[in-house]
Amino acid sequence: MAKGFKKTKMLTDTPFHYCPGCTHGIAHRLTAEVLEEIGAEGNCVGVAPVGCAVFAYNYFNCDMQEAAHGRAPAVATGIKRVHPDKIVFSYQGDGDLASIGMAETVHAAARGENITVIFINNSIYGMTGGQMAPTTLEGQKATTCQAGRIPELNGNPVNVAEMLAQLKGPSYIARVGLFDLKHVMEAKRAIRKAFDMQINKKGFAMVEILSTCPTNWGLNPIDALEWSKNEATKTFPLGVFKDITKEEE
Amino acid sequence: MKKLMKGNEAIAEAAIRGGCRFFAGYPITPQNEIPEYLSWRLNEVGGAFVQAESEVAAINMVYGAAGAGARAMTSSSSPGISLKQEGISYICGAELPCVIVNIVRAGPGLGGIQPAQSDYFQTVKGGGHGDYHMLVLAPATVQEAVDLVYSAFDKADKYRLPVMILGDGMIGQMMEAVELPEMVDVNALAKKEWATDGTGVGENRRIVNSLYIQPDVLEEINHKLFAVYAEMKKNETAVEEYMCEDAEIVLTGYGTVARIAKSAVHMLRAKGIKAGLIRPITLYPFPDEAYARIAGNGICREMLCVELSMGQMIEDVKLSVNGKVPVEFYGRVGGNVMTAEDIVKKVMEGR
Ligand SMILES: Cc1ncc(C[n+]2csc(CCOP(=O)(O)OP(=O)(O)O)c2C)c(N)n1
Ligand code: SF4
Repeated sequence: MAKGFKKTKMLTDTPFHYCPGCTHGIAHRLTAEVLEEIGAEGNCVGVAPVGCAVFAYNYFNCDMQEAAHGRAPAVATGIKRVHPDKIVFSYQGDGDLASIGMAETVHAAARGENITVIFINNSIYGMTGGQMAPTTLEGQKATTCQAGRIPELNGNPVNVAEMLAQLKGPSYIARVGLFDLKHVMEAKRAIRKAFDMQINKKGFAMVEILSTCPTNWGLNPIDALEWSKNEATKTFPLGVFKDITKEEE
Repeated sequence: MKKLMKGNEAIAEAAIRGGCRFFAGYPITPQNEIPEYLSWRLNEVGGAFVQAESEVAAINMVYGAAGAGARAMTSSSSPGISLKQEGISYICGAELPCVIVNIVRAGPGLGGIQPAQSDYFQTVKGGGHGDYHMLVLAPATVQEAVDLVYSAFDKADKYRLPVMILGDGMIGQMMEAVELPEMVDVNALAKKEWATDGTGVGENRRIVNSLYIQPDVLEEINHKLFAVYAEMKKNETAVEEYMCEDAEIVLTGYGTVARIAKSAVHMLRAKGIKAGLIRPITLYPFPDEAYARIAGNGICREMLCVELSMGQMIEDVKLSVNGKVPVEFYGRVGGNVMTAEDIVKKVMEGR
């Protein structure tokens, strides 16, 4: 018997505004499904970023705060300190988390702030129209590095997961992809783990999700998934970079 | 029973008693005693203290905590307050209550660590982007700082906006005897139905937000905010009028500068010059009615605005006086503070 697709109750009925083929939608769904699984309904506050996911506050079926660009980890810190027993998460793009908000990210991680961060790395500034991001690959074209990113001119991409894994504060840091079913399921397991860390009061957990931006990459959705799988993973290898439950074993 | 306390510590204790249960801040002179005091005191009352990585982070932590329903505060001094402007604009846009203390030091740039009043424009005209205002309170004594901080949390909650305490640098460092108010019972405060306490689902979700993509919707929000400011002007405008009834020369200044000006009033009266003083306690809303009334009373012949700046509040004084009498200016800057004799000398020059 065919199993019908059922939408998780942790998403509202508001239709996503994302471009066709954009994997922001998958990342939302996985996050929301995990929220449902862990019983976060009526027990949770999310923080939306500035970026394509700015309207995340319309999509997640829980109390939400919209933060200024890059400040989501600080806003989440304020919320968590007031409601330590509620699930608190932020959902942020790479410009938001790894450029303008890098200080807030690193220090929330270093403090071991007991929150979960869903980090969407699509190697580009989606919302503002395809400018270079801190995660733009070497050689990748963007509207502010039209010949492709040249490190001597444009600097180098930032590997956030590897960097944060060096800190003592985080409990779990992983990077996942969404380019096929197997990886989508793996991504969901990582997100679950990141929320379990929070429930068990283990401190800061982040899942970096390699996401696509067909619109600003100038690729169709299928090619965008291929590019994510074959190109993005060269600079951003998938894996678990920190897991204190493993270290404790 | 009165207790001898340093201004900054008195402000911190008054915040606790006023119900503050969350504080985030970043070190900067001359306000360090506030975070230092709260770092241990908040623990005692079951609140939370975070030493933030920057003033930017601190104000955004306050955004999160205030949005989550707590009485929240941050403090800083001028350069740090500049960094908070983004957050202040978002807090105003999202209609969140909080208290912000600025123990002002001289600028621009890194400036100096001595007292100044050169952040007046930034504070009352809106240092961040967009159309917004805060309730701005200017204490002249440590006792007044205690009373204003204590009631600031109620006012912030009532109007759902930030209340800025503009201390002029001396207030934070001087010691005076204060009577501390009763501890507010935070559990007895009205529940904030709009706050994201995590229980929201479906129709009952709470969203703390300042983004309004539709121009008509945002225009309505702008008007709504200004209706609140108009209501606040009616209810909260506060000013001290001192010996103004028969005064031919009316001095005006705020904060501790007004205390110096008050001494000058006495010295001038001893010389037979009928002097008075207008001291705004709320800088926003500005007590323009008091200025207009006194300037038009037929007795007042001139005003002298005294500030630790190159002349900022004087613009509001002139707007209020509206040409009825001349308004002169006397200011010291760079962290220097005038004496009462200096003010008297300035008044005598014109005679
Ligand atoms: C202080 C500030 N600077 C710049 C912007 C403009 N801005 C909006 S979204 C964005 C970049 C978003 O990119 P990213 O975080 O990678 O998210 P994406 O849109 O790719 O999902 C920028 C620069 C802003 N809103 N606020
Ligand atoms: S611009 Fe890119 S990241 Fe934004 S919704 Fe479209 S495809 Fe997704």
